[in-house]
This record gives sequence, C-alpha cells and structure tokens, in this order.
Amino acid sequence: MRKGVFWYVQFGLTAMSCLFLIAPVFYIMAISVMKNAARGLGSGLTLEWVGKVLSLYGDTIARGLLIALGTLAVCALAGVPAAYALVKHGKSRFMAGLEEALVLPLTVPGLAIGLGILLTWGGVDWFRKSSLLIMCGHAVFCLPFMVRSVTAVMRTIPLGLYEEAAATLGAGFSKRFFGIVAPVAAPGILAGALQVLALSLGEFNVTWMLQTPFTQTIPVGLADSYSAMRLEIGAAYTLIFFVLIVPLLVIAQKAPAMLARVFWREAITGKRGKLP
Amino acid sequence: MAGRKVSLALTVPALIVFCAFFVLPIGKLVPVSLSSPSGWKVYLEVLSNPRYLGSLRDTAILSMAVTLAALTLGGMSGIFLERNRFFGREAMIAVLTLPLSFPGVVIGFMVILWGGRLGLLGLLSQALFGHKIVFAYTAPGLFMGYLYFSIPRVVLTVMASAGKLEKAREEAARTLGSGPFKALKDVALPALWPSFLSTGAICFATSMGAFGTAYTLATDVNVLPAVIYSEFTLFANLGVAAALSLILGLITWAILWAVRLLSGIAPEGSMA
Repeated sequence: MRKGVFWYVQFGLTAMSCLFLIAPVFYIMAISVMKNAARGLGSGLTLEWVGKVLSLYGDTIARGLLIALGTLAVCALAGVPAAYALVKHGKSRFMAGLEEALVLPLTVPGLAIGLGILLTWGGVDWFRKSSLLIMCGHAVFCLPFMVRSVTAVMRTIPLGLYEEAAATLGAGFSKRFFGIVAPVAAPGILAGALQVLALSLGEFNVTWMLQTPFTQTIPVGLADSYSAMRLEIGAAYTLIFFVLIVPLLVIAQKAPAMLARVFWREAITGKRGKLP
Repeated sequence: MAGRKVSLALTVPALIVFCAFFVLPIGKLVPVSLSSPSGWKVYLEVLSNPRYLGSLRDTAILSMAVTLAALTLGGMSGIFLERNRFFGREAMIAVLTLPLSFPGVVIGFMVILWGGRLGLLGLLSQALFGHKIVFAYTAPGLFMGYLYFSIPRVVLTVMASAGKLEKAREEAARTLGSGPFKALKDVALPALWPSFLSTGAICFATSMGAFGTAYTLATDVNVLPAVIYSEFTLFANLGVAAALSLILGLITWAILWAVRLLSGIAPEGSMA
C-alpha cells in the first residue's frame, strides 16, 4: 500500500513522542561531562562531576543496591513457592482470592502505604533505624511482579502432566520440584527478578516516607541532588542511575526467551544442547 | 502432585509479607485517622475544607488532562508501531517503553532539562526568538512530567491489544471505500476501547498518587500526595494525613476496580 498523508502524520507524531522522551536522556549524558552546563560543551569535558557524585552519594548507591538484592531475595523466597501453589490450586477459592489480593499494593499510592508502614512499624526502634524497613516496604509491592511473572510461565506449560508422569516413575516431591518445576519456572523467575531489581532501585514514594538520614537510597539521593546541588551533579548522578537500571530493563526484555529455550530443552531432553 | 496442605504451606511466606506490610499498615491508617479530637468527623472536615478539596480537584483535573493527552499520543503511536514495519521501528518502541520504570523524581529532572533555566526548549527559544521560555516549575511543567510517565504505559497496552486485532476487517472497510483514517476510527478504535479504558485508568490512578515528580518540581500546584506529605511532616497532623491517604487510596483502588469490571481486562503495570 502507498504511504498516504495519514501515514506521515502518524509517523511524525510518533517521532515527536520519542523525541519528547529521549532528548533529555541525551542532554543528561552531555551535561554530566561538561565543565559548565551554562556555557555548554565549549567549556570543556570533565569526569569531575561523576567523581563528586561517587564521593557525595556513594553510600546511597551501595545501600540502594543492597536493598534491591535483599528485596529480590524476599520476593524470590516468598513469591516462587506462592506462584507454584497458585497455579496448582488456582481453582480453589482461597488461592483465587490470594492471587487477587497480592496485587492490591499496586492499586494504592506508595505514599499511603509508606505512611501506614511507618505508623505500624515505626515504633520498633531497631527496625525503624535499619534499611530492613525500606526493604520490606519494597518487597510488598515488588512481590506481585515476581508472582505474576512466574505464574505466567507456569501456566503456559502442562506442569501438572509432567509432574504426574514423574510421580508415576517414582520421583518424590523435592525431586519433582527441582527437576521439573524449577527449570520450567526459571525464565519467569529471571524476568521477575530483573523487574524486582529495577523497581526497588527506582522506588521513591514508599522509601521517602521510611528513610532516615542514614538509610537513604538512590532516588532519595537523586531528589536531594536535584534540589541542593548544581545541575551537573544532578545530571551525573542520574547518568549513574541509568547505567545501573537500563541494562536490567534491556536484559529483562531479551533474556527470558533465550533462557526458556535452553532450560526447557534441558528439562525435556535431559541434556543441555544447542537450540533446534 | 503437591497436596492441598503443601500448597497452603507454600503461600505462607507471601502471606506474611502481604499482611505485615500491606494489610496491617493500611488497617492502621483507620484508627490513626480517627485519633484526632474530632473523631470520625475528620472525614467531614477534610471533605469540606477548601484547601484539601481544592487539592483533590486540582489533582483530579491534572490527572484527567494527562490521561486524555497520553491516550491520544500514546494510543496513536502504539497503533502505528504495531501496524507498520519500517526502518527504526524497533528503536522507537524501545524509546517509548524504556521510561516505564524511571522513578518520579528522575522524571521531574527530565522536565527541568526541557523547561528549566538551562532547558532544551529555553535554549531553542532563545536561539530562535531571543527569549528564554522557562516553565518547569509551573503547572504546565507538572503536566509534562505526568505525560512523560503516562505515554509508555499507554503504548505498551495499546500495542499488545492492537496486535490481536484482525486487520482483515479494516481492509474490508477500506475496499468498501473508507479512507485510512475513517477505517481506523470506525473499525479499529471501537475494538480497542477496552484496552484504552484499562490503560487510561492506570494513567489516571498513577497520576493521582504520583509524588516524586511533584516533589522535584515543587510547583505551586498542590497535588494531593504532596498535601498528605506536608500535613504529616510539617504540621504533624497525623489524623488528617491518614484520612487523606485512605481517601486517595480508596479513589485509585475504586477506579482500577470499576474499569476492570467494565473493560474485562485487568489494568497492567504498576502505579509506582
């Protein structure tokens, strides 16, 4: 079909939306290496601002990464078994209700949940002072992503049949779980894990309610740098955040499908092999 | 087969996390909201106080405007990208969906880079007209920020459901003589309305509850989450902060739930 005027109008508006979203990202990259943003690239290039960020906010970056890993551990330990149970007994009223309920934290603004958590747990002094409180706040709304990602994968495959076949051949529960369920779930766990890491690293609303001066995370530090530091430092810090988070998002899009082919082939044929 | 009891046991860790850090905290907001001297009347006071009511109204208007704009721009981009194959399409999809997990504070910074004192639009307008446009710290800046995080949500949802549409129907309309625009308007859009409704609800609810962007931009528009935050920290007005949190949570939850009943699809994505 010939491209009419309407095609070019659509293309133009889509390109405009892209420009709107991506132009500031490139501008951030440029500013974070400029000696002086007000004078532009002509002022010369420097890595001074990136160094400043690491010395000023290095602790928030390390803490943010640790909290994200902790959140991932909680979500994997709580989410994967729950997802298996939800798929297994999805028809029971309890499981159907639970699956609905777990998504509820996504329908309520983070600030409200954060306020509630602070009012409920703020009195427990050691908990209030540690980063664990923030980690738990992240876990409750990252959990549905892990559960959804794993149940989605498990539901694409007749898991019950495989397990039954293994059971008739004499495999016990743990053998079936690690031999069948875990490989089947692996791509879902990976996809969920990447989402959890990215979400936790970028979470602001709940964290902002729960943070103390000693438990600041990356977005809290970012907010501080935007209001208190010069533009170049805010830009350099944002760039570091992008470097951490963008690979996670890109892998999240590509890796599960690749892993699915490798793992599922191994689970089905019993050997690791090249893709058919 | 895992028995029922094993399955129930497997859900225990998830239940503990869910109850301890969602059910209890949200439950706790109720007695706290009633703890102020006026008891349950705090809800009447909140809903008749011009400051809170005005903030609720402004936030709702802003969210509605953002939702409509995002549905228009994102919906059109989503349909276009799903239907056409051309050089650069993959890159455009990546660009339009990447910001999905950018935090609100970072999006506020993006607006500053568009419309702040050293913003791209300011530099452009200075070069063209000799006058620097600065709008990041005003209502239009806030609108732009909310639009920034809403477009990716719309694009993803609309692309997914436009991919399932039968192109044959539209082609039938074309052979019967309607132009491409008319075919889209009369055939494709009616079939896509459930996904538009669903993603629109997510955009609206997210905008109602967004805090990071407004915090970074510190505009003169008092969005409801910012009011909750200042009641809590600046005025130590616990009862009002809890009551407003519950009202806001109830609004966003009810919208998502109602739209799910209407459209038959669960709104995807998070409000984070």
